[in-house]
Order: sequence, then structure tokens, then C-alpha cells
Amino acid sequence: MAASDAGRGASPPSGVVPPALEVIGVEKWFGSVHANSNINIRVAPGTIHGIIGENGAGKSTLMSVVYGYYRADSGKIQVNGETVQIKGPEHAIASGIGMVHQHFMLVDTFTVLENIVLGVENGRLLAPNLAAARSELERLERDYNLEVDPDAIVGELPVGVQQRVEILKALYRGADILILDEPTGVLTPQEVGHLFRILAALRKQGKTIILITHKLREIMALTDEVTVMRSGKVVAQVYTSETTREDLAAMMVGRTVLLRVEKSAPNPGEVLLDVEDLSVKDNAGIVRVKNISLQVRAHEILGIAGVAGNGQSELMEALAGILPRQSGHIRIKGEEITGGTARGARNVRAAGVGHVPEDRQHMGLITSFEACESGILGYHRDEKYNGRVLMNHAAIVADVGRQMAEYDVRPPLPRLRTGAFSGGNQQKIVLSREMNRDPDVLLVGQPTRGVDIGAIEFIHRRLVDMRDAGKAVLLVSVELDEILSLSDRIVVMFDGEIVGEVTQDEATEQMLGLMMAGERQTPQESTK
Amino acid sequence: MSATNAPTEAPRWVTHALVPLINLSLALIISGLLILALGEDPFEAISILAYGAFGYPEAIGYTLYYTTNFIFTGLAVAIAFHCFLFNIGGEGQAYLGGLGAGVVGLAIGHWPAPITLILGILAAAVFGGAWAFIPAYLQAKRGSHIVITTIMFNFIAAALMTYLMVEIFIEPGQQSAESRDFEAGAIMPFVHDILAQLGIDAGHSYLNLSFVLALICCVLFWFFVWRTRWGYEIRSVGQNESAAVYGGIMPSRAIIIAMCISGGLAGLVGVNEIMGVHHRLLLEFTAGYGFVGIAVALMGRNHPFGIFLAALLFGALYQGGQELAFDMPNINRDMVVVIQGLVILFSGALEHMFRGRIEALFIRRAKTAPSAAAAAE
Repeated sequence: MAASDAGRGASPPSGVVPPALEVIGVEKWFGSVHANSNINIRVAPGTIHGIIGENGAGKSTLMSVVYGYYRADSGKIQVNGETVQIKGPEHAIASGIGMVHQHFMLVDTFTVLENIVLGVENGRLLAPNLAAARSELERLERDYNLEVDPDAIVGELPVGVQQRVEILKALYRGADILILDEPTGVLTPQEVGHLFRILAALRKQGKTIILITHKLREIMALTDEVTVMRSGKVVAQVYTSETTREDLAAMMVGRTVLLRVEKSAPNPGEVLLDVEDLSVKDNAGIVRVKNISLQVRAHEILGIAGVAGNGQSELMEALAGILPRQSGHIRIKGEEITGGTARGARNVRAAGVGHVPEDRQHMGLITSFEACESGILGYHRDEKYNGRVLMNHAAIVADVGRQMAEYDVRPPLPRLRTGAFSGGNQQKIVLSREMNRDPDVLLVGQPTRGVDIGAIEFIHRRLVDMRDAGKAVLLVSVELDEILSLSDRIVVMFDGEIVGEVTQDEATEQMLGLMMAGERQTPQESTK
Repeated sequence: MSATNAPTEAPRWVTHALVPLINLSLALIISGLLILALGEDPFEAISILAYGAFGYPEAIGYTLYYTTNFIFTGLAVAIAFHCFLFNIGGEGQAYLGGLGAGVVGLAIGHWPAPITLILGILAAAVFGGAWAFIPAYLQAKRGSHIVITTIMFNFIAAALMTYLMVEIFIEPGQQSAESRDFEAGAIMPFVHDILAQLGIDAGHSYLNLSFVLALICCVLFWFFVWRTRWGYEIRSVGQNESAAVYGGIMPSRAIIIAMCISGGLAGLVGVNEIMGVHHRLLLEFTAGYGFVGIAVALMGRNHPFGIFLAALLFGALYQGGQELAFDMPNINRDMVVVIQGLVILFSGALEHMFRGRIEALFIRRAKTAPSAAAAAE
């Protein structure tokens, strides 16, 4: 391995081969936030280099500097030993750096081929370009085992394949260094496996890959070297073979972290949430939830696993009263819930349901509001917040301030704009609002998405506490680890249907992975 | 202040004072160049303009009279904007507001003044609000775009008023389409009359007690938007509709409430004009105030204090501009409109030309402060 002749640690002596990419002394400020502080990283050619860190550790900022979205305040970047000026993505591409974004930059209505050519067409006519691109694309697909139909419409492809289009796009532009930003967030375990095989093949061909992730498992499975970042600084650069998950986690957080959630044996009580034969259409009129029945009991966490986009979001929104149901029943403590949209949301809340929505910035909070205003969303009609005409502003600030302190929101300032808080702290604002009312049923969607490890631990603890206090918790997450460690029972959704149900003890990652890919549970495996 | 308090935001005074001032200065510089090109001295022009706006009691009176109209229409645009609605219909709503005030003035002008005036204010607000209700309803329930419908409603209002004036309200035996004069009870007292009773000579201007009403509206506006449940719901819908729905807030209701208040505020222009100045119902008294309200709200950042300042600026431009057109032979009324247009262009349409860069400058400057503080610890 090329990396083996380089030294180790933060400042290794220079080897014979110059590093494919070297970041030297990069500094980046956003306002008063020191997002990158004296960053030094060397990435050996032909290796997979992981960059790991909590949210807000500065990984994405650093990669944006490398790719030219931001200009560093100081420091330099070298590619193959030569200093390069990267003033924009076009410079990065010219230097052989390609990037696969977390959210794909593809035109859904174009074909694969058109997307790949987009932005690098030569001349005025498209046809000769496309022909040349087609043969080049075929070569790339052959070389890297990246089979994609060049004439397929991108929007109709599964996400895993769309991601391959993104990779092809970067390779087509001549990338030797490929940066992947959280590439596995939207993939099934099987698709992740496929992606990893592709990345290994790219490494074999001499490409250098930088993998940004917060998932320790992926780092351990795939990378040669790993750089750990914490609060804007590089805290370690180590060989993957010489470290462990626990060590990495501790370095990321700066202390030892409990990766498993401790919880008592299940002891389910009465049914608090009863869903019977529920069908839901989304706003575009497509049926997203098909005849689902499930029950959540007191003292129980029911996990819903599935690849994003298989109806979990619509199920959650329907249960929360926001999306009107097509047919079927939702009963909370035996009472049928009526109404859709705003009125439905109000009724559900009044019935004693807390709802932590999947997308806190889109739904759970109003980022331009002060934290104290976001902290009462949905409860702003409560008597304690209202006088005869005016709202009781002092009471709101005091109450939300108390909630924030209790949930360790930092900084604990109720008058600060909601958007100024980090992702984890925003999530804690939502959680504190929804849990503080002591709901009997808690609907939780992606509770730890974009949340740092320290906060994840805290949030998981709170969810288990809810369950132990006799509440019913419905958890939707695309993070299998989270589902596996928290849920007492797990159902898997695929294409709007429940394809299987297992208890926590029976569940394995492989079994869930197959069901998430649409394979139905066979009757013998069934728990009933 | 802790470093984590405002990570990516410029100081408030930069956002709310410095940037508008720079925009305004640029508009004035370009206006100055234009005046120079016309062969007049720009510095003399600006001193005439300032004198014409604030130089003597009557000038101040007229400036504040215009300011009154701009406060009403600026607040009207701002409340709609808090619900993320662009109310272009201030003109028509003001027209209908005048109709409301006029009907009350004609019908019960012989009643005691306080009762008639209060009923007139209510009628103006209700008529203006009702005129805004129709586009609001169409937006909330049918998805018809509010920009289109409110523009259309300006034309309908103009046509309706012409019909009503010519066919119904015209004073018999008269050529121009104007009603008979109101009786004493329907006349909003002039400020100069009140000051004269206190022994202060303020000349004669159109400034009337509607100005006080406008200031009261500024204060009520702030409390309504930031300290009531309805304001909270309106802002929620304006900032993030899906979060509002999640919070049990009905967007259609918020839209209708915001637009009705918006129309009501615009309608109060009718009080200032009809009961305050003309004392009879007539045509075309809105004179574009509804449209200028958009610029006022933009410049005032949808906050009542900012709107007050912006309204004062436009009031000064209106009043001082007339003096300018009168005093300088090469500058006519159209030139004054050009200057007003430049102010609107720079502070409204080109609002974001410099804002980003200036704010970035201060954000970058701010970075040195916390590191110095950290070093001191």
C-alpha cells in the first residue's frame, strides 16, 4: 500500500511519492466561528482516506474549501506535491478533484448520458458530444464495474444507481481524487455493499478516495487511513488497521462513549397507538402507505426500519394528523383521531401525542424565529402562554429557557435565533418541546439525523426513559444501528407496506437488510 | 457577548441602519449626477429639497401629511409580507377605504365629531379590509396568486369608484365628479388649528390628526405581530408553512387575517385624505401611495420603526421635491419622480446588491474580536 512508506501521525516525514492531496495549515472562519483551525492532512495516492467527526467538527467545511466552494482564510492545498489555487469547483475539477455530494446534483428529467455531459459539452451541437461521451462512458463503466444504462431517465433510477451516475460524472471530468460526502445515508445495506465494492475497484485502479462520514463502521470496513476531526481541528490521523471503533469514537467526542443503549427487558402494556388498515396518499396524490396495521403498547419502542422514501415519512405524518388518511383508522388510547392538516395536527396533540418530525428545519422548527418562539410551536395556544389579548412573553421565555436548560441545549439562550443553533441543539429544542408535555405516545422521526455523537447518546437515553415511564414510542429511522439498539419490536417498510416484523432479540442486520430491499419475511420466520 | 451568540450574522446596526443609509446615499449621488447633467448644482438642489421638506412649519406639516399616508400603506404591505404575501393592492384598498370614510362622512356628518370620526376610521378599515378579503380568500382557498388578484383589484376599485362618483355621489348640478362637502362632524381636525389654539403658529398644511392615528397603528402593529397569537401564527405561516401546519396553524386562516388587516391599514389612507384633507368624496385621491408603500415596507424591513423612518423619508422627498421643481427651472416634476424612483430602486429592488458584501465585511471583522478575547482568558 502506498501509504505504508509514509510516516504516521499529524506530521509524517515526506515519503518518496508526494501525497495525492495535502492540506497545509488551512484556516476558515465563519463570522466568529473558527470552522477550520490549522488543518493539516496528507492523503496518500491510491488509498481510501476517511475523514470522521461529529456534525459541526468542520469536515464539510474543509471539503468545501478543497472543492472550491469556500476560500480558505489562509493555508494552502497541494495536489501531487504542487500547490494549486482552487477558487471554484471548476479549478478543483481542473486539478483532478471530483466530488459526490450528499444531495445529488443531477437533473431528474435528463438521461444519465445528458447528466454526465452537462457542463462539459463542447461546441454548439449536442449530438456529436453525446456520441463521444457514450463511448467514453462505456469505457468508464467497463473499467470500474459501474453498470448504468446511459439512456435511463435519472429521476426513475433508484438512489444507489443515481449515486453511481454522480461517481461517473466525476470520473468523466477526469477526477483522480474523489470526495464522497456522507455517501451511504440514503442507501440500503445491500447498496452500501455495492458502493464499497465500487470504491475498492477505484482504489485498485489508482484513484484516491476521500470518504467523509460519521459512521464508524464504514471507516473500519473500507478505509486505509483515517483523519479524526473535532471542533474545527484535526485531532488524529491514524492507520485504520491500528485503531478500533471505540478509540475513534472517543477521539471524535473527546471522551469515552457508550455505543450501545442500556435498557431493561421489554414489558409491553396496553395498546396506546392502534393503526388499522391505514392508507395514505402524499401531496402529489400517490399512495405511499398501503393498508398498514400496527400497534404500539405502553412500555414499548416500536422501530420502523426501511430505506428512506418507502412510506415511513407519510406514515408518520398521517399518524401526526398532518396528512389526511385515505382509509383506515388511527386510534390513540382507543379514541379515533379525526381531521387532516392543521386541525388534525391539533387534535393529535390534544390526544396526548408528541411528534418529533423527521425534518426539524422543514417542519419541527422555524429557523428564523427566536428559540423561545420555536419552543412553543404547536403549544402556542396553551393557557399559560396567553393573556386575554397579548401572549405572555415573559412566561414563554422562562418556560422555554427552563426546557432548554433541562435538555442541555447550548447555548441556553431562549432569545437566540433558532437557526443559529447547531443541528444537535436544534433537535434538542424539538425534543424538549415534545417530551416536556409528558405525552402518552411519542412519534419520533430520524431523531439523530445530523446530530453529533454526544447528543445522540443523550437523545437515545431520553427515548428509553420515555419507554420505561410507560409511554408508547414509535421510532422511524433509516439508521439501522439506531433501530436495532433502541426498538423492542421492529417492523420493516418497503414500498408502503410492512414486509416483516421481528423482535429485538431475533433481529439481525442481514435479515433487516433483505427485508428493506423488499424481500418478504417467510411465514416460518414470523413471530406470530 | 459570547462568541457563539451570533455566528454568521452581522451586527444589527449594520443590517438595519448602515446598509439602508449606503443605499440611500447611492441613490442621492446618482440623482446628483443627473441634476449636474441638467445644468443645476446638486448641492443647492439638496439644500432646497431639505429646506422644502423641513425648513419651515408648513413644510414640516406637509412632509408629515405625506408621511401619514406612507405609514399606512407601508404597514399594510409589511403585515402581508409577514405572512409571505405580496399585497400590491394597497392602492385599491386605500381607494375603498376612502369610500368607507366618505359614506360615513356624508351620512352622519352632523353627528358629534368624535363618534363620526371613529365610525369613519372603522368604516375605512372595514372597506379596505373587505376589498383585500376577496383576493385573500381566492389565495387561501383557490390558490389564485395574490399578486395578480390584488393588481386586478386596483383596476376594479378604480372603475367602481368612477361609477359610484359619477352616478351616485356626485353633487347635483356640478361638472366634476365630487360629492358635497362634509358637515363639521366628519372633519378630522387640522394640526395647525389645534396648535393655533395653543398659541403656536404653524402656518397652514394638510397635516391632520390622522398622523396620530398612524403613529398609534405603528405601535399596535408591533404588539400585534410580535406579541399576539395571531401575529405568531401569521409569521409562522410566512416563514415556514409546513412547520405552521405541524403546529396546528391553518395557513388559509392566517392568510385571510393578514390580508384583511393589510387592506384595513391601507384603507386608513382614506381617513387622512377624505376626512382629513378634502372633506368630500372625490376621485384619484390615492395618488400612488399604495405602490410607494411597497418601497416603504422594503426599506423599513417590515418593522414599524423602520417603516416610520422610511415613510418620513418618502414624505420629505414628496414635499421637498415639489419645492425643488418649483425653485429650479431645469428640474420639473418628472425629474422629482425620477429621484423618488432612484431611491426606490436602490433601497428596494437593489437591496441585495451591497447587503451581502457589507455584512460579510463586518462578519469577517468580528472574527478578530473573539480570538483576542480568547487570548485574554
